[in-house]
Amino acid sequence: MILGYAGKFLEVNLSTRKIKEVTFADEVLKDYVGGRGLAAKILWDRLGDRWETVDPLGPENVLLFLTGPLTGFFPGGRICVSGKSPQSNGVVGSTVGGEFGVELRCAGYDGIIVTGKSEKPVYLFIKDSDVELRDASHVWGKDAKQTMTRLTRECRELLRKRYPLYGEWKEPAMVYIGPAGENKVRTAVVAAKWAHAAGYGGYGAVMGSKRLKAVAVKGTGPLPAVADMRKVERLMQEVCENVYENVLWRRWGTGSAGYEVGAKTSSEPVRNWQDEWHDERSFGVDQFEDRVWVKQCWSDFGCPTNCLKVAVVKTGKFKGAITDNPDYELQAYLGPNLGIFTPEENVFLASVIDDLGLCGIQTGNVLGFAAELFQRGILTKTDLDGVELKWGDAEAFAALARKIAFREGIGDLLAEGTYRAALKIGEMKKTDVLPYAVQAKGISIGAHGIRSGKDYPSIIAYVCSVQGGDHTSTANLPLDGGESELMEIFNDSGVYCNFNSFGLRRNLRFEFYKAVTGLKLTQKEWCNKRAIKTLQLQRAMLLLGGPDLKWKPKVDDTNPPRFYEPLPSGPYKGKSTSKEDVEKEVKKYYRAAGWDKNGVPTTKALRKLGMLDVDKALEKLRA
Amino acid sequence: MPKKKEPVWIAREFTKCSGCRKCEIACSLHHEKRIWPEASRIRVFMLVPGVEFPHFCAQCEDYPCVKACPVNALSVSDKTGAVLVNADACTACGKCIMVCPGRIPHMHPTEKHVVICDLCDGNPQCVKVCQEGEWNVLRKIPRKNIAYKLYARKPEEVTRDLCAKFYGEKGEEFT
Repeated sequence: MILGYAGKFLEVNLSTRKIKEVTFADEVLKDYVGGRGLAAKILWDRLGDRWETVDPLGPENVLLFLTGPLTGFFPGGRICVSGKSPQSNGVVGSTVGGEFGVELRCAGYDGIIVTGKSEKPVYLFIKDSDVELRDASHVWGKDAKQTMTRLTRECRELLRKRYPLYGEWKEPAMVYIGPAGENKVRTAVVAAKWAHAAGYGGYGAVMGSKRLKAVAVKGTGPLPAVADMRKVERLMQEVCENVYENVLWRRWGTGSAGYEVGAKTSSEPVRNWQDEWHDERSFGVDQFEDRVWVKQCWSDFGCPTNCLKVAVVKTGKFKGAITDNPDYELQAYLGPNLGIFTPEENVFLASVIDDLGLCGIQTGNVLGFAAELFQRGILTKTDLDGVELKWGDAEAFAALARKIAFREGIGDLLAEGTYRAALKIGEMKKTDVLPYAVQAKGISIGAHGIRSGKDYPSIIAYVCSVQGGDHTSTANLPLDGGESELMEIFNDSGVYCNFNSFGLRRNLRFEFYKAVTGLKLTQKEWCNKRAIKTLQLQRAMLLLGGPDLKWKPKVDDTNPPRFYEPLPSGPYKGKSTSKEDVEKEVKKYYRAAGWDKNGVPTTKALRKLGMLDVDKALEKLRA
Repeated sequence: MPKKKEPVWIAREFTKCSGCRKCEIACSLHHEKRIWPEASRIRVFMLVPGVEFPHFCAQCEDYPCVKACPVNALSVSDKTGAVLVNADACTACGKCIMVCPGRIPHMHPTEKHVVICDLCDGNPQCVKVCQEGEWNVLRKIPRKNIAYKLYARKPEEVTRDLCAKFYGEKGEEFT
């Protein structure tokens, strides 16, 4: 057994209610590590031979909650959620911060594999090796805050009854869904705490389709034994000291970006990306800090950065709204993207989105898309069930978000996410509305545009990524370089927060891996022999797709049309993306990744990696 | 120079707690040589998200736990004022938990004895990490004749109060 792992995984079949323990061979863990990599491997092994027919929202999908060997050791604990994505029909490694991964490993498990579908709403309660499915009908339909409050109380009461002499029980860690997940909304999240969400991928809908409301875990053991604890401690210290030097990053988190990414780099979505520049001082981090932040530093397990801040509206009509900062992505997508430029309105909308269990990025994107169609007269007030969807009207957007979460009226259509909604509205209105859909392979693009060329994503960042619009896993060349998607695969497979790795010496993460597992690893070996296998699996499943949609690289390996329009204002007015440049870079990327001119992984590349079954499955795409 | 007897206390300021749990990491590494949140003598409670705080011994002036122990497994350190647990003598009967106004002691998750903060013999590791990161929730100060036992409170009580402070009336829905 490799050190640093708890050594076993839980497998729960919700149809039969059977629970068992499973393990993976050392060779599999060496190549795929955990989290995102292992998710791709598990999904391929279990569903690969019939991938195109597997309905992501059907009982045959496999839902995964996976830690990695670095979870709990590398500062900033996370858990990776995965499965066949109802957004891309491929596989997304979607991570969320919190203590869940740490508790799970302390309970003795590296991950949970969920199959089948429960007859009635249930939640999974794990206390070390005691694992049980419990009735969740009393919290089905409840919002995020009600769900957590009730289940936390219930689980602590159970623990108190079963272990009366133990003393006070801390709360178990929890992941859960809100009403949106229950209603299989494709932009639903798997949530943790408040406002923590695994958003990309749409796994809240998968959880809902299985009628799994929550997973709560209390682990009383230590984190797994490691190869060199002293070294692990020294590396943890190094990571923290590097972060401590960055005073304003710790103080503001990503909250400064709501103003700066618009004003300084012109890459923030403004009114559904019709612009990417704004200079609204009312959206400055100082206003958030002074008016709504009640807690300056909010961290997940072991995290020195505390990029989250607890925000509460104390006055006015949105009084009582609670969320985190909001962080930059929700600032942008539920702020300027909807023509909203005040902290209070932004916190209110983020709080509504959290409570419903929706993804702020994906839902903010679809709300902006709908508002632009309203602006252009394509969608009318009647189409929108009486909602006048004017830019800047936070209450109108909140009303539409509720319709989406409960799939009411127009909400049922928008609940399919921007791309699918665009196809349906196009049919309905007999006009092409795809030019207003800012997404990549069914996944809305994170709030970092490419037109100004001043932000971090390259012009093929979203085009070539195996996770579509995910701004936390972007494609960049060189493929074995520090900015490559293969390095994001390391973060998401070791399962820790990459926010704590900014500015660290590049070998540190591999030293960390060795101190934990005892296995030597270099960046070159990681990129050329290991992560590349995850990349090929993710690409293969993304291209196989189905059952409702399939991506064609020739059509879909490009930016959304909007990114080829010139920026209309600001310091980078007139700047745009050149289609020619994108095509050139895509070709380079295909070559580097071992994909043919049609974007399909080549036989040669796959055979070199020993992936013969993948090669065979892709034959039909090469014809 | 021989060390002077200098009892200490850990002053605590809950509203600043980020919930990073570095105190749990430091405590369990010191006492158990592992990262082991449940075996930590200081535990961060988060009964309501955003309302995190460390729960650990307040060294009450009258030490009700020490008095209540039926097997004399608990004693007060002359040097630091901490409650010391004789793990071999402790029978894990739970009396100390019942008499503690804050129900602060808890059982070691795998051994048959209770765990209580021992102030790391005067150099508390939790304080060190909390100060390093400038959260300053925890501070080491000299122990004087003050009503420290006010800080021996049940997790629910602390949660309720902090919830009111952060979330106002809305906070009542969560406690």
